[in-house]
Amino acid sequence: MSDIASLIHPYLSHGRSGLLPALQAVQAEYGWISQEQAAEIARLLHVPLAEVHGVIEFYDLLHNKPRKKRTLHVCTDAACSLRGADQRLRDLSADPTLAVKTDPGEELQVEPSPCLGLCDHAPAMVLENGWEWRILGSNGEWMDRPLSLVGGTVRRITVRCGNGRTSLSAYGGYRAWNRAQQLSPQQVIDEVKASGLFGRGGAAFPTGLKWESAARAEGWPKYVVCNADESEPGTFKDRLLLADDPHLVLEGMRIAAYAVGASKGYIYLRGEYAYLRPILEQALREAQEAGLLDGFEVEIRMGAGAYICGEETALFESIEGKRGFPRIKPPFPTTHGLFNKPTVINNVETLANVPFIIEHGAAAYRELGSEKSPGSKLFCLSGDVAQPGIYEAPFGITLKELLEMAGGMAEGGSPQAILLGGAAGAFATPRHLDIRLTYEDLRQASLTLGSGVVMVFDQRRDLRQVLLKIGRFFAHESCGKCYPCQMGTRRQAEILERLASGRLLPGDRERLEDVGWTMSDASLCGLGQTAAMAVLSAIKEWPELFTPS
Amino acid sequence: MSETFTLSINGIQVTARKGQTLLEVARKHGIDIPTICYHPATQSNGLCRMCVVEVEGMRLLQPACVVPAQAEMKVRTDSPRVHRARKTILEMLASTADLSEAPEIQRMMQAYQADPSRFPEAEPRHIPPIDDNPMYVREYSKCILCWRCVQICAEDAQYTYAINFSGRGYHTRIDTFYGLPMTATTCVFCGQCVGVCPTDALEPKSEYLLEQGKYPFPFR
Repeated sequence: MSDIASLIHPYLSHGRSGLLPALQAVQAEYGWISQEQAAEIARLLHVPLAEVHGVIEFYDLLHNKPRKKRTLHVCTDAACSLRGADQRLRDLSADPTLAVKTDPGEELQVEPSPCLGLCDHAPAMVLENGWEWRILGSNGEWMDRPLSLVGGTVRRITVRCGNGRTSLSAYGGYRAWNRAQQLSPQQVIDEVKASGLFGRGGAAFPTGLKWESAARAEGWPKYVVCNADESEPGTFKDRLLLADDPHLVLEGMRIAAYAVGASKGYIYLRGEYAYLRPILEQALREAQEAGLLDGFEVEIRMGAGAYICGEETALFESIEGKRGFPRIKPPFPTTHGLFNKPTVINNVETLANVPFIIEHGAAAYRELGSEKSPGSKLFCLSGDVAQPGIYEAPFGITLKELLEMAGGMAEGGSPQAILLGGAAGAFATPRHLDIRLTYEDLRQASLTLGSGVVMVFDQRRDLRQVLLKIGRFFAHESCGKCYPCQMGTRRQAEILERLASGRLLPGDRERLEDVGWTMSDASLCGLGQTAAMAVLSAIKEWPELFTPS
Repeated sequence: MSETFTLSINGIQVTARKGQTLLEVARKHGIDIPTICYHPATQSNGLCRMCVVEVEGMRLLQPACVVPAQAEMKVRTDSPRVHRARKTILEMLASTADLSEAPEIQRMMQAYQADPSRFPEAEPRHIPPIDDNPMYVREYSKCILCWRCVQICAEDAQYTYAINFSGRGYHTRIDTFYGLPMTATTCVFCGQCVGVCPTDALEPKSEYLLEQGKYPFPFR
């Protein structure tokens, strides 16, 4: 057996779907993938050569040119840049030993990264060394898993977070799953529908309806996919749940599988969260050994550095071993999802809500939140707050109360702008401080909760720099499939470069608006449709920023 | 007979058959909807979004090349939102790719009064020509990423899979396995990719040489 064949042996039976894991396995061993190795993988998995090349080229974390084996990923996105990330990247590029001890002759690649989902550890850095990833904590210590600050007014889905114990015995068994088995699948779906649970990934689709549609769809097998590709800048709540309470998410998946009749599940974990993989594998092993997953096989798949793969259909393409291009919808995943089969795909936090609903019932679930936004939400506070972290609170809490929970503003500043929903979100201002954070209230104010990002900027900050970060992010992450987003994210970023450096040209504001509305109206997927939202909201709130000097 | 029904396009009642796209229905009734990436021989992927139309009750503009016509639909192909999207897409294209040999797109630019220099200081996709085989030259500065060549080389016709993509986003380009010369790939020089290219990014070698004032027909 060739060296490559033995390395990718576990994936040979997967065919095309084994392509990403195979490429990742070879790269973990060698640091990059050579032409000969790629050709061998192509041959073994029966994938055309050019398509293997196309896949490697799509993902930031896959490399087809020689490079140093270890990579230091330095987050330079909005929240981290507030805490000196850009200067840090410059320093480390000149001398990596400032952060990482290296043996003589051993070299390290230092690279800027889009948001690493460690905004509570800003400025964040992660060291990649094959399969092993480690985090640099704010105290300067390297960590195998992130320590998280968890706060809030309620502890419903974060009840076990923050105590450092993730074993099955600490979790105490799958009580909700036991109860679910006393109900029919339809009764489980009815309970979830009655709870009013909405998807927590950003799109806020009713979870019960999604499940019902997949349950009724014809086709076999059916799949349940846990979307753990958390990469919306400013979002780190799923990281907390997976790191601190993996069994809660697994139990949610198990119940979903029962409700829709799925025999196979996938957890698609963001590549940059590789340090969470051992935690998930351990939880999976424990659940399997305890018989809790009988009849339901769960596989962990790693992303490889592509924000677009958080889009559900792009995520399917990625699992199928392809470039992460989003598909045209309809058809929707519930009828034509992974491998074109009926699929339920839910965000980590959504699944984490399910055990409570099944164990305690929809009525108990609705004791928190509003009529139209029931339950609690994990808010990701970052930026200029005293204590960045995850805060669980019922829907309906105000921005002001949230900020107070996070210890108020850092260094006695006053809020100038609050980015709600991440890069794909919109700016709120101090006049929104009393707005109730529910889907309905925010929609009315043309704002969005998105994935729960609350990124705060004080009065000293130059919002033009923040907009530039957002513009660069989307230009980097556009998949390039549809024209509005492929070119629009680039043109938008170019104009924002001018904005940030005070070189705005006459007509630039109109250009931003035309590009922005064209992306919002005509793009193929949610990435393009939201890539201009923050910019358009800033034009509305602070038109003076967009006047050429 | 398959099921027929009526819908309205720009206020005109038209008849459609089940399974037809909005684009097919509109064109059959002489209603113009511009397209760039669309080609009858390749799978429609809704890439260029030039065919977007407004459908009553739908929040976003809809790509007519893939959206099936449905009974009672109310479609507008000429609303201000549609016009802005098409004009902006054309202006962005002009700032991105060399459209000098894309007459159809140039005609669209005139029709939509699109300004080819709308985006000053924009970085075009400049890629040097690749002349690595006797049959065709690849000038990817002219490429608008319609995907037709990739598709025709793969499942849409030839099953040769000589080409796919490099890069991502704006910096996506059509490429071979590890950028190898075309002669080192699985290419069978069938010429179908050249045939479906809308911008002469793929051009017959002899045409390319003639344009440069060279004589491509040596006596052997």
